Amino acid sequence: MGREYYPRSARLLHWTLAVMVVSMLLLGASMVDSLGIWRAEALRWHKWTGLLVLILVMIRIANRLRFRAPDLPADLPGWQVLAARVMMIALYCAMLVMPLSGWMMQGAAGVPVVLPGGWVLPDLVEPDIRLYGLLRSVHGLVSWLFMVLIVGHVGAALRHGWVRSDGVLNSMTGRFSQGGQP
Amino acid sequence: MKPAPVHNPRGWIKVGMAIALLAGLFLSARFIMGGFPGAAMFIDRIQGGEQTRFPGYRRAHAKGVCIFGRFEASGALSALSRAPLFRQGASVPLLGRFATADGDPTAPDLRVPVRSLALAFTQPDGQQWRTAMNTPPVFPVSSPAEFYELAALMKPDPATGKPDMSKLGQFFATHPESAAMGEWQRAYRPSASFATEIYHSINAFLLVDGEGRQHPVRWQVEPIDAARADAPADGPPDFLFSELADRLQQGPIRFRLVFVVAAPGDPVDDPTRPWPASRPRIDAGTITLDRTTPQQGGACDQITYDPLVLVDGIRPSADPILQARGGAYAESYRRRAIEMLEGAQ
Repeated sequence: MGREYYPRSARLLHWTLAVMVVSMLLLGASMVDSLGIWRAEALRWHKWTGLLVLILVMIRIANRLRFRAPDLPADLPGWQVLAARVMMIALYCAMLVMPLSGWMMQGAAGVPVVLPGGWVLPDLVEPDIRLYGLLRSVHGLVSWLFMVLIVGHVGAALRHGWVRSDGVLNSMTGRFSQGGQP
Repeated sequence: MKPAPVHNPRGWIKVGMAIALLAGLFLSARFIMGGFPGAAMFIDRIQGGEQTRFPGYRRAHAKGVCIFGRFEASGALSALSRAPLFRQGASVPLLGRFATADGDPTAPDLRVPVRSLALAFTQPDGQQWRTAMNTPPVFPVSSPAEFYELAALMKPDPATGKPDMSKLGQFFATHPESAAMGEWQRAYRPSASFATEIYHSINAFLLVDGEGRQHPVRWQVEPIDAARADAPADGPPDFLFSELADRLQQGPIRFRLVFVVAAPGDPVDDPTRPWPASRPRIDAGTITLDRTTPQQGGACDQITYDPLVLVDGIRPSADPILQARGGAYAESYRRRAIEMLEGAQ
């Protein structure tokens, strides 16, 4: 079995988004109940970063359709192969749902999202408090689900790397100079 | 390379430690940065427990009416703020709300000691400025923790239906910063109309001019040519709201939007301390309000008047009470939004 790596573009997008998503989840969880003086500034950055995550996720999905992922080890039980697929789809869904529900929430609350330089994002929906209630609940629940998925994803990846040593972890952590299609 | 055996206890221990660390980080985020009090604790306190008696209503200033109108700028403020809405000739739509300050939407109007006017100004570029103003010009305390303490004392005692005045008196005696608020309360005579009150920003903000210089200000909305009468000692429960409806039958009501500019050394980050009356006043323009709709289902009920929703050209000060309003309004809004989703009207 040859050592297979994800393409460099995929590894770059994965790790960039990993850092952003984990930071955003931690920032979101810490500001949501805060009355502190840093909250308003954190919220501004949360919105800008969320938009950047949305753009990067779309680029990542387009990029992902260009290549075939490295094969999982042949000896992996069927349920684990299935779990890996479900996990991947769930992670992509969470990455899309979080920024989209966040953006729509602002429209439902009637709050313009103002970007640096004074640009105002278009509203995706009209002000509507019930819709805000729904979107705010989705944003909160999916954030917790996302944290659970990330813990599961990291746990599974580390098990491949540290328990099985089967090259799966290395296909994403491999040095940037190593292998893979561009 | 052959895969290592699946039974690899050292590997499993490392994996377990790594995911425990990550999960611990996620679980503790809310508490590490949270501070005291948190937004949820604070809203629990002002609504008097974990359950609200009035689902779907604002947790404070619950009884209100939506009001519509326009703001026409005089141009006088454009030297201090680069916001387009203050340029001479600018005219922007307003979505506002008059309210009485109690958390009980059935409270009789004349029994509530504080009244408020909230306004949302929408610029042609889509940016919005929201302000929630009150009849007092100052706030009794200068930190969220002290307000949390005071909010408990202001709750009526279930036995008497009134707050325990001796405990409140004790609080004010040990918080000398509340003196200006006390002075206002003794001098204030409620008027017989929402249209004849003065509404204050309470907190200070920073205007940003075209060169990026910052100018600390407070603002207030003052009636124009409205004959003022004192409120009667008692009256129908909806006294103020009926009066407003009657008055609007005669024509629109008008206010002046006045900015008060701080001098160097004036306290900017402390809402308990008024500035000297001699500070320069700038008339930024005229507010004309001409039409109301009931708040239930109305446009003003869809939004929250978070005073940290600002346009480019106005920045928040570092006043901890102002900054806390952002989190508290958001939590009140989240709760009533979910209650309305679940069927509250």
